[in-house]
Amino acid sequence: MITFSINGQEYEGQEGWTILDVARWNGIEIPTLCHHGAVEPYGACRLCAVEVDDGRRSRVVISCMYPIKAGIKVQTHSPRVLNVRRWIVQLLLDESPEAPQIKELARSLGVTPSRFQKTGVDFACHLCGLCVRTCQEVVGVQALTFGNRGLRKEITSPFRTASKDCLGCGSCVYVCPTGAMEQLFSRVAG
Amino acid sequence: MQMQIKNFDDLELAKKVGLTELYPDKPKILVGMATCGLAAGAQRVYDLLHKKAQQAHWDGVVEKTGCIGFCYKEPLVDAVFPGNPRITYETVTPEIAESLWMEMAAGKIPENHVMARLDVDDMILDGGPRKFYKGKLTGFLAKTPRYEELDFIKLQRHIAMRNCGFIDPDNLLHYVARGGYFPLYTALTAMSPEEVINAVTTAGLRGRGGGGFPTGVKWASCRKAKGWPKYVLCNADEGDPGAYMDRSLIEGDPHAILEGMLIGAYAIGSNEGYIYVRAEYPLAVKTLQRAILAAREAGLLGENILGSGFSFDIKLNLGGGAFVCGESTALMASIEGKPGEPRAKYVHTVDKGLRNRPSNLNNVETWANVPVIIGKGADWYREIGTEGSKGTKIFSLVGQVKNVGLVEVPMGVTIKDLVMQVGGGVPESREFKAIQIGGPSGGCIPKEHWDLPIDFDSLWEAGAIMGSGGMIVMDNSTCMVDVAKFFLDFLIDESCGKCIPCRLGLKRMREILEEFSTGKGSLADLDELESLSEAVKDGSLCALGGSAPNPVLTTLRYFRKEYEAHILEHRCPAAVCKALITYSINPETCNGCTACAAECPQDAITGEKKQPHTLDPSLCIKCGACFEVCKFGAVAVA
Amino acid sequence: MSVTFKSLENILERYPPSPEHLISALQDVQAKFNYLPAAAMTAVCDHLGVPLSRGWAVATFYKAFSLEPKGEHDIAVCLGTACHVRGGRNVYDKFRRDLDIANEEGTTRDLKFSLRQVRCLGCCSMAPVAQVDEEIQGNLTQRKAGHLLKMYRKR
Repeated sequence: MITFSINGQEYEGQEGWTILDVARWNGIEIPTLCHHGAVEPYGACRLCAVEVDDGRRSRVVISCMYPIKAGIKVQTHSPRVLNVRRWIVQLLLDESPEAPQIKELARSLGVTPSRFQKTGVDFACHLCGLCVRTCQEVVGVQALTFGNRGLRKEITSPFRTASKDCLGCGSCVYVCPTGAMEQLFSRVAG
Repeated sequence: MQMQIKNFDDLELAKKVGLTELYPDKPKILVGMATCGLAAGAQRVYDLLHKKAQQAHWDGVVEKTGCIGFCYKEPLVDAVFPGNPRITYETVTPEIAESLWMEMAAGKIPENHVMARLDVDDMILDGGPRKFYKGKLTGFLAKTPRYEELDFIKLQRHIAMRNCGFIDPDNLLHYVARGGYFPLYTALTAMSPEEVINAVTTAGLRGRGGGGFPTGVKWASCRKAKGWPKYVLCNADEGDPGAYMDRSLIEGDPHAILEGMLIGAYAIGSNEGYIYVRAEYPLAVKTLQRAILAAREAGLLGENILGSGFSFDIKLNLGGGAFVCGESTALMASIEGKPGEPRAKYVHTVDKGLRNRPSNLNNVETWANVPVIIGKGADWYREIGTEGSKGTKIFSLVGQVKNVGLVEVPMGVTIKDLVMQVGGGVPESREFKAIQIGGPSGGCIPKEHWDLPIDFDSLWEAGAIMGSGGMIVMDNSTCMVDVAKFFLDFLIDESCGKCIPCRLGLKRMREILEEFSTGKGSLADLDELESLSEAVKDGSLCALGGSAPNPVLTTLRYFRKEYEAHILEHRCPAAVCKALITYSINPETCNGCTACAAECPQDAITGEKKQPHTLDPSLCIKCGACFEVCKFGAVAVA
Repeated sequence: MSVTFKSLENILERYPPSPEHLISALQDVQAKFNYLPAAAMTAVCDHLGVPLSRGWAVATFYKAFSLEPKGEHDIAVCLGTACHVRGGRNVYDKFRRDLDIANEEGTTRDLKFSLRQVRCLGCCSMAPVAQVDEEIQGNLTQRKAGHLLKMYRKR
């Protein structure tokens, strides 16, 4: 067993567990968006950020991927962590002001829409990649993928048309946290 | 034709043959043909000289070589007449080449277009200097300045660039002639892998790709890591805008990189190497391909190298035009044939890198330093540089500076010396404002701090980073808000888009800056920009996002007044931000030459010939074309 | 150029069927056809045993690949830092105006020119620079850019 601390309190976990695993096991609240127990962690949303002091330096890491180590000191709500989290939620909220899950997160962190908020977007995809990972890891096909990069990055099927690999199972729609996949599904499934 | 180099005797023989080729008993003309030379027209110069020499059945050699660093004097031609100093000719056009040729064909060393002379080739790896002539120089030779006397060269010390501009990069024997592959022999036959690692650690070599991580420590971790096979990688995906030292090294001395990798592979215990090179560098790619082939044919890559039992080979991978692939995990993903998305590095790449195996990645310049450390010894190397940063660093000194070029200086040289002495200062009638160091991950350092010694730690404290070595000099015609915007645009364009702080955070930073550059925003937004910068730094997945706010943060830190002028006075002091400037024509100085009216894409400029013209601001799109063509300084921008 | 089975075969036989060769193989296809025809992309993916979705991800991630045919002449204007501080952006805008390209980058309707941005060609001493096909054009001004286009239009 590996012993370390979260918010000043000692916890134990097994080799190979992440900070998030231990936190969830012990009922410590860390928000997530792109994390799902059924698929491999991806590390895109960064909401699960925590601050880790490993004795040499203190830095912000993401708890869904950081493997626990003996003696580390984890802070789940330090000022640096909250700054990261607040900004992520702010940016997401401005992208899709109506998404229920984001609205709820914003409420809990006291974030309100800024002057940069987009209008007319109900179900913006946040590229959390749960659909892509589910399609590949759970369903076992690769009908969906990320296309492009940067601001043009998108979830799509090859050539943006019906995918011949798609089974039409709808797992991607089920797992989508924003509802964006519902709109894309008919195109992918054909 | 290619000789086999299988043992020490072969190596000695190769060196002997190489030396007779490098310094033959007859005149030799060298043309600098790296990309910068070619861009300036070196190919035509080379073709001309080559053709003339052939037609005349000239008893001499015309040869290509790499770049010695004088980009602002390209194309460069060198004449090496036996028993005489090596003479360098500057800005040689085909016409000049023809006149030089006439004299050289007649056995005379031309006296025009001379830049400098080189008395001694120091051949650092070969046990000492080689003087080109005996006795005293007379006549014009005596009057020609020596290389060491040139301001551009004085502070320089060429270690990584030791062969650039001296050898034909495609000639393996030239490389051996200057002591190449002897350090490899030493490592393989006289040192244990641990001793090699110790030497690199003791020498104090730190990664030249930007981070400055101790190279020996990285090697030791990779050697210790469990897993097989292990990989040795070379990062030649030089993507920083304004940085081209790696390209130049590859184009001038590819074997230095191969030898460095061979030594590293032996130390780490790897048999398989990869070079990931930027496809936008076609000449560098070809040079590497040829070098790998030559080394393989000679037996310096492959099985049982130099009879030591050690085997290693190198594959070449071409980048696909993605800056982010300079990041180690993205680079490895790309070699695996995937999109270049970085992944979290909580497990280090020395433990799980390429194909999830232990992998050691160093950049081009780091590898090029390795043979010298083994060849000259760690103590020799340690003497150069500062306490925390040993050795030299190559910089591309570019932007608003007179002597644009590649310079290799010992660590610890000050920014001021680099800009004012090596670089010759900013062009007349302008004023030094800042130097941008470290590319999109670095920062802008102002004149107040130009006494700062250039080493890893000082730059870090100043908010910049060493980066790969791009140094862009900026004068008072550069707007710092615009520079911050420029780097953000670059990074937004190059971000892989995976994590939210980088993808959306940089976009938001750009939106805030856009407000500033159009005279909007408030001082409170500066604080917001700072807190967002911190969030992006802390929250991003990889170093691209993690360091992306640096150009913004340093310009905010050192040029806050300039931001405030935009916000409070709606004014761009450098007259760059288009929304805040206006063009006008001064009727006093305009003589009605009509050049501006002809160039204006909007027909916004009107007037009679030989009469002062007028510019209609309502039509003007502020493209600056009129400003550019006016020879009389009559177009004003404010 | 149409996608012939023969010309593709020459490329495919260079690579053993492993997903690792995806980028290299697509680079060869791009070099051969000047873009990635859909049929060629599918053939490469089939040959290497890669799902088409991965081929798409790679082809759209890297800038070196184009899914549409490119113009006869390729104009890459350097917008690296050195070129930027020496007025590269104005030169770029001049090209864009003269070629009437609506987006940031693109190809002219007559397929004569493709205009794109590149970040640093490493010829900073001649900033601002552009690379037209294989040739570097240095010390550009808006006026020179205009002349350059006229010259290439005549070719």
